[in-house]
Amino acid sequence: MLFLKSSTATQLWIVLVAVAAATVKAEFKLPNLPYAHKDLEPYISSSTLNVHHGNHHAKYIATLNHLVKGGGRDLKKMSLDEIVVEAHKREDTGLFNNAAQSWNHGFYWKCMKPGGGGEPTGLLLEKIQEHFGSYAQFATEFKNAGNTAFGSGWAWLVYHKAGGALQVTKTIGAGNPMTTPGLVPILCMDVWEHAYYLDYQNKRPEYADTFLEKLVNWDFVADNLKEAMESSGRGEEL
Amino acid sequence: MKLSLALTSLFVGSAAAWSSLTMKAEGVSSRRNIFKGIGAAVVAGVVNPGNSNAYSVPDLPYPFEALEPHIDTPTMKIHHDKHHATYVANINKATEGQEEKPILDLMENALEAGPVRNSGGGHYNHAFFWEEMAPPAEAAKTKPSAQLEELINKSFGSMDEMKAKFEAQAAPGAVFGSGWVWVCVNKKGDELKLVGTPNQDNPLMKGVTDEIMFPILGLDVWEHAYYLKYQNRRPEYVSNWWNVVNWDKVSENCAYVVENHAGVNVQG
Repeated sequence: MLFLKSSTATQLWIVLVAVAAATVKAEFKLPNLPYAHKDLEPYISSSTLNVHHGNHHAKYIATLNHLVKGGGRDLKKMSLDEIVVEAHKREDTGLFNNAAQSWNHGFYWKCMKPGGGGEPTGLLLEKIQEHFGSYAQFATEFKNAGNTAFGSGWAWLVYHKAGGALQVTKTIGAGNPMTTPGLVPILCMDVWEHAYYLDYQNKRPEYADTFLEKLVNWDFVADNLKEAMESSGRGEEL
Repeated sequence: MKLSLALTSLFVGSAAAWSSLTMKAEGVSSRRNIFKGIGAAVVAGVVNPGNSNAYSVPDLPYPFEALEPHIDTPTMKIHHDKHHATYVANINKATEGQEEKPILDLMENALEAGPVRNSGGGHYNHAFFWEEMAPPAEAAKTKPSAQLEELINKSFGSMDEMKAKFEAQAAPGAVFGSGWVWVCVNKKGDELKLVGTPNQDNPLMKGVTDEIMFPILGLDVWEHAYYLKYQNRRPEYVSNWWNVVNWDKVSENCAYVVENHAGVNVQG
């Protein structure tokens, strides 16, 4: 090494570091919120976002990293999506809860935006009308899913890869529809009490109304739909 | 209905005045005993209009602010007046037209009875919960009976060990999401068991735990029970909660379930 030109030595080190990095995956990181903590006010307070993102979501990620570190080599090579599905298959509750909650929250932040809400447009609206009859019917079903998820859970809009249908579903705890093969989540709403308690207390239905009327990021949902359609061979419908 | 309630309250009030001379002052226990007899009938009589079912939200045995600083006033108000009230409204809806039974009697088969599991469980659990707590100054004067202490030592080693195990069971990783943590007497009546249950399930319900058990102490770890004051800091809520546990009431619960091999009855 000492006899090589310094630039070659540097190149060798770069290669070695790159190889090392490629084989040892970096830990999962807490994604930044796509907006400032106060940007969803008055619908969701900065206090809620501070705790929800900075404490709850952060803790899931930290615990996930801890579990992956202590887990098998194969886990360390997996993406978050893959760990969620694998943990579910293995019935590894601790790993599943933390991986899925990490995934769910990262997705949830993007499902909202300042100045969001209202009705979708374009292909997304068409598909909603096709599978629910009307946007109003979708909204009723989606909010009902959230309001009837007893205890802690999530409301989802999912895309069925086989057949292309849209459907509302709900999960409990850390549940994620990805664990059912062929389902692609395109929208979610967190109905764990921590998502709304500081701002709405027991009034979950008011939070659900507000989520659709003032917060939902339909652009993100439309992108998710587009991606799901392309990956299931329906790209020509776009 | 309101007039008879007022008259009964007057009677109860005078009875309270008399009994407070003979019992401990500031008696949370004395107030409870008063309400047990007459109060139960009165409270049960304040029904939802137009609904023959008798479930109702029992009054708290203390003011909303009484458990400060450990459980905050807004939480007590919303928890009792909104959450518990919703369970009561829903269990009344679910049992409309059915034979009236104490809520305890609905617990055993709750898992097979649809909405009874969630709403009936919710009503029982909360009615049970309010009674086992007391203002911190009062709670500090209470202690486990000899019987309870013996069972604690036998089952857990010591009170401290029981508390440590309880706190571990109450951690967010152990009861993930919404649920309760319970200290129960086993069916035989010779041991205490610690168990966490999801949502509004409780160990009185057949199928929730390996065998039916009888709670003598329970803690609500749904986020609504602590979020306004503690947010994500559930462990802090749990460790502070010991300050409001009424060990006299827990001892009463223990004596009752050991003797009767049955669950504690609740008001409402």
